[in-house]
Amino acid sequence: MVIDIVMPKMGESITEGTIIEWRKKIGDIVEMDEILLEIGTDKVDSEIPSPTAGTIVEILAKPNDIMEVGTVIAKVETDSDAALVQKSTQSLVSEQKTEELVEDKIVEVPKAISPKTKPQSGEKKFFTPVVNKIAIENNIEIDELMTILGTGKGGRVTKVDVLNYLKSRLTVPSAKQSDMAQPLAVPPAFSRLDETVEMDNMRKLIAEHMRNSLDTSAHVYVMTEVDMSAIVNYVNKQEDTFYQREGYKLTYTPFIIRACVKALNSQPEMNASLEDSSIVYHKNVNMGMAVAVNKGLMVPVLEKCEELNFLGLCRKVRDLALRTRNKQLNPDELQGSTFSISNFGVFNVTMGTPIINQPNVGILGVGVIKKRPVVIETKEGDTIGIKSMMVLSLGFDHRLIDGAGGSQFVDTVRENLENMNLETLL
Amino acid sequence: MYTNQPALKETTFNIKNDKIVLVDAINHAMAEEMERDEKIVIYGQDIADPKGGVFTATRGLMNQFGKKRVFNSPLAEASIIGTAVGLAVTGWKPCVEIQFGDYIWPAMMQIRNEVASMRYRSNGKWKCPLIMRVPVGGYIHGAICHSQSIDGYFIHMPGIRIAYPSNAADAKGLLKAACRMDDPVLFMEHKGLYRQGFAATPEPDENYILPFGQASVVQEGSVATIITWGAMVQKSIEAVKALGIDHGLVEIVDLRTLNPLDHDAIEASVTKTGKVLVVYEDVLTNGPGAEIAAIIADQHFESLDGPIKRVGAADAHVPYNWFLEEKVLPQTSDVQKALTELLEY
Repeated sequence: MVIDIVMPKMGESITEGTIIEWRKKIGDIVEMDEILLEIGTDKVDSEIPSPTAGTIVEILAKPNDIMEVGTVIAKVETDSDAALVQKSTQSLVSEQKTEELVEDKIVEVPKAISPKTKPQSGEKKFFTPVVNKIAIENNIEIDELMTILGTGKGGRVTKVDVLNYLKSRLTVPSAKQSDMAQPLAVPPAFSRLDETVEMDNMRKLIAEHMRNSLDTSAHVYVMTEVDMSAIVNYVNKQEDTFYQREGYKLTYTPFIIRACVKALNSQPEMNASLEDSSIVYHKNVNMGMAVAVNKGLMVPVLEKCEELNFLGLCRKVRDLALRTRNKQLNPDELQGSTFSISNFGVFNVTMGTPIINQPNVGILGVGVIKKRPVVIETKEGDTIGIKSMMVLSLGFDHRLIDGAGGSQFVDTVRENLENMNLETLL
Repeated sequence: MYTNQPALKETTFNIKNDKIVLVDAINHAMAEEMERDEKIVIYGQDIADPKGGVFTATRGLMNQFGKKRVFNSPLAEASIIGTAVGLAVTGWKPCVEIQFGDYIWPAMMQIRNEVASMRYRSNGKWKCPLIMRVPVGGYIHGAICHSQSIDGYFIHMPGIRIAYPSNAADAKGLLKAACRMDDPVLFMEHKGLYRQGFAATPEPDENYILPFGQASVVQEGSVATIITWGAMVQKSIEAVKALGIDHGLVEIVDLRTLNPLDHDAIEASVTKTGKVLVVYEDVLTNGPGAEIAAIIADQHFESLDGPIKRVGAADAHVPYNWFLEEKVLPQTSDVQKALTELLEY
């Protein structure tokens, strides 16, 4: 039986996706749940497993094709004998079918000739002899050549592309000619050429989101020091038993989230967003958690944190962080945050000024926990002691929250951390 | 190897008839040339009137020029070519017919060792300027022994000129040129084109000479070139049409003669487009297109913007069953597919 593989719905709000790469080709045998292809949406790239075992008999979408959710993108024959028969009948019997296929292709050709295909970013590019020749004749350096939008197979820069590029290229001032006059002035072997690489999808999205946030919110920051000694001691004490029980390390993030959730409950305007002139107060605390991934950053969301106990938070943090790094996130898990945390302390940084994750109005920057000499006030008088200190910086949107509100919030978080009831946590 | 005689020049001519099919153009070319040159003699199997050849290419010639100049031969290809060698070296101009390319093989020794090398091994003292007219090619449900393409074998052989026209006017001009050339000529006529409407053209008059080695640009294009000849010219035109792409993208070059090859035309088109598809009816492996692809890779590498692609027949015999014949011989859809890949590359 032939099973249609359709473009999967990768989240409620996702209506289409881009085919990034097929891991299988026509004729390949695929196991159930074996990775069939990689798909990208505007939120995330995902590996798509095969819903069935069988032989790939048709692939209906090429890399870079944008496909609507529900469209058939491949066909898998589950009966292995039938796959063979189908293959041979396709090539031998149905003349009409070949003509149909050919007609399908017809539509493709003008596409191939008009510049539509996106270049594969960061990929090592191949230039045909004629493209290289034209480049040399027109003083196009390799890095300039790399920037030309290719319309050929896999984004290859075709002869037509480079000729069109030359037509549209601005006339380079006379400096170029003097270059030509002394071409051997710098021996190429010793010159270190700059490299120009097209941003990958994630980098473009990050750039767009960051710029957009700075253009939207009126960012201001307040900072405070937190004495983390009690929590540090607690973590040191619990470390081994926690690891044995849960199979992963107890980290500080769940503590900070817990302290934030409590503070957000008492200060609803920090758990809000702005829509034009209206303020939307969110009833759940959905915590965005910045996670560094290979070549980028993602902010998966821990939904309804206020409903979770401490162990639940630990598990959810661990699960999301792991799946984010393994590219296994559902795009829905990247949206809906009501407040965010950026823990740059893991990179040994004391403090920072994170950019608000839109449409939130606040973001908590978490610095590294370090032992410092501090003044301890006691009834008997002041002494100097060693404490595990951490700097929290709160970025907030001054359109909605004023200095007083922001300061109050970060101080509440501090208090929640310093006075957390650790005995009942686990 | 070849004559020192200056190459023939293209001539001015008038149109004689509105439309003529390829086989009649061949017939008229021979009649006109026999009229002009008394040394021309024609023989082969079944070529005499009233039959006038199995494809009627020679019909009426015996009646017009008499049994001494136009006559039947025994069913013996080696003898046909062998006797023609004798006539040619002694000053006659034999224009013999091998009934089917599929039956040229008994004459192979004569062609390879006698005809092709005559000028070379006599140090230029002797020459063998005969014409071998040979119907070739498939698409007529003629099975293994009436469908073969032989261009791959003969393009490999130095010393003989080879024509393979795709339409009536070219056939007439090339055959008349062959009759005036001083080198042996293998003149291939695609039997599937003999009476085809698309191969029919207005008929040039008796002054028309089409020199060997002049390809024709059937249609101009800027992004890809199809190099082809014979029956594949029409298949290529149909493939481009079927793609439904803009006019002026795909250039089709009809080589018209395979020896000499028009290197200038190949160079001009390849440097213009940068992408090449060679389409030929002979089997893919070591077929004539392989040589053309190699020449381009060798001499025009820096002009290339994609792989040199080939469409040829499957490496198989041409089957009798029409459906299977279609699978073995190159079809418009095959050209279309290869062209699409090339355009998308």
